[in-house]
Amino acid sequence: MNLTALTIHEASDKLRRREISSVELTAAVFERIAATDDKVRAYLTLAHDQAIEQAKSADEQLKSSANPAPLLGIPIAVKDNFLTLGLRTTCASKILGDFIPPYNGTTVERLLSAGAVIVGKTNLDEFAMGSSAENSAFFPTRNPWNLDRIPGGSSGGSAAAVAADQCIAAVGTDTGGSIRQPAACCGIVGMKPTYGRVSRYGIIAFASSMDQVGPMTKDVRDSALLLQTLAGHDPADSTSSHLPVPDYSAALTGNLKSLRVGVPKEYFISGMQPEVEHAARQAVRELENAGALVAEISLPRTEYAVAVYYIVATAEASSNLARYDGMRFGYRADAKDLTETYMISRAEGFGAEVKRRIMLGTYVLSAGYYDAYYLKAQRVRTLIKNDFAEAFKQCDVIVTPTAPTTAFKIGEKTQDPLQMYLSDIYTISINLAGLPAISLPCGFDGDGMPIGLQIIGNHFDESTVLRTAHAYEQATEWHKQKPKL
Amino acid sequence: MKLTREEVARVALLARLRLTPDQASALTDQLDHILVYMDKLNQIDTANVEPFSHALDSAHALRSDKVTNRPNADALLANAPDRDETFFKVPKILE
Repeated sequence: MNLTALTIHEASDKLRRREISSVELTAAVFERIAATDDKVRAYLTLAHDQAIEQAKSADEQLKSSANPAPLLGIPIAVKDNFLTLGLRTTCASKILGDFIPPYNGTTVERLLSAGAVIVGKTNLDEFAMGSSAENSAFFPTRNPWNLDRIPGGSSGGSAAAVAADQCIAAVGTDTGGSIRQPAACCGIVGMKPTYGRVSRYGIIAFASSMDQVGPMTKDVRDSALLLQTLAGHDPADSTSSHLPVPDYSAALTGNLKSLRVGVPKEYFISGMQPEVEHAARQAVRELENAGALVAEISLPRTEYAVAVYYIVATAEASSNLARYDGMRFGYRADAKDLTETYMISRAEGFGAEVKRRIMLGTYVLSAGYYDAYYLKAQRVRTLIKNDFAEAFKQCDVIVTPTAPTTAFKIGEKTQDPLQMYLSDIYTISINLAGLPAISLPCGFDGDGMPIGLQIIGNHFDESTVLRTAHAYEQATEWHKQKPKL
Repeated sequence: MKLTREEVARVALLARLRLTPDQASALTDQLDHILVYMDKLNQIDTANVEPFSHALDSAHALRSDKVTNRPNADALLANAPDRDETFFKVPKILE
């Protein structure tokens, strides 16, 4: 039996029946990593010994538990911008040096309390800034479907690890599309919950008004299971919501009758890959066949979203990254005085894309430019949020492609930063408005590369998003296809 | 050009980033290109629009001013580039 190909719910079932043990499952995952990661390069740090200990402990608990929690004994990969106690955390940057966090962030604590096994830390674009995992200070991760292509970013390592069965599931973060776009590139399910649904405590901050943690899984049922464990108020995160967490698995009814689906015309633009448009429109027809009521809608300010995002997110990032100063942790350069120490530590520790965004963010916040850029962008952001509020008066969900193209070649977009930024066009507005959205597979292009469908819901309506995604997935079975590694 | 070399130097100082002349030159071009793109926001009239402040419009979260964490100086100093007992050791701040 190919243990590493199991989903959370399949593995949980076998663990409960004592058909397999967590130690066997965990060992199989590490063997799979050893056999494939020289090609995929999904992982930065592996936690083998700790993982086996966690697996043994899970097996003990499984002996005395008739109804174990779904994550008990399940090997999960964690993006390397989550703080993990005692386990090196790099954020794919040189500036953190050999930083070993003195605490677990809330998501990691919740995973461990649920009995999950932490396999290791996955690669990302440095400080979560990027759409391809090429901005990692260490090495690029490769797409398991075609090793010359990007896995997407910034959660490229997590996406590739799930697609390659190098873990049963993973967690990532999404600020401008960083869970959804790599999920689309790698043919897996990736969800960004509503802003405030999952705690940001212990996530290395990029843009604090948009960062969110989310599940990256092999199917939608797993997404619901993992989200259930992650969601909920956290006193340590003052932006986390007090709203009760519904039973997400119970939402997977398979019933889409009278579901009102909006398809925004601004998301079908010239320059998008024809096969992506075709697959997305075909997916919408599938939803109609299942009883949904489809209507074209308009999100008029879509074309301004990239400009708004790259002002607001870089401004927030420039502030969040001021703490990397070489004083209390991380890399400190040898220099003649305090100012030189700051300037050289940061120059040597940060990569080019991070520096570019810090510079842009500092500029738009600086005296003389704040009103023209930052304040202006925040006003347009209100308008973008209003566009969605208007749309949700007439729809329950909004359906779009996740990205304008399938995964491009490694190195293809690194020459022009603006070209890379424009590839985020379909995911970015959702972060600006704080809405929940999922990406799941809806087909393949002529080169065999996965195509992603994005389903967007209203604030805190993850249940309807999951219900829609699950029904589509079960009717089409794209998720059963796996890359040949 | 929206952005001059002098402005890039000013911003680099604000951001505490030492740039080589080549990096400064490349950044000037790249940031200028990006800022020209940002100009499209001026197509929108935002005269009566409030700036976005929070996705949730929720009340500010406050707690009582009580210490709830345990003293943990050693763990917190473990990653220090330089330390002296319970202090982070840093370059001289006052001249």
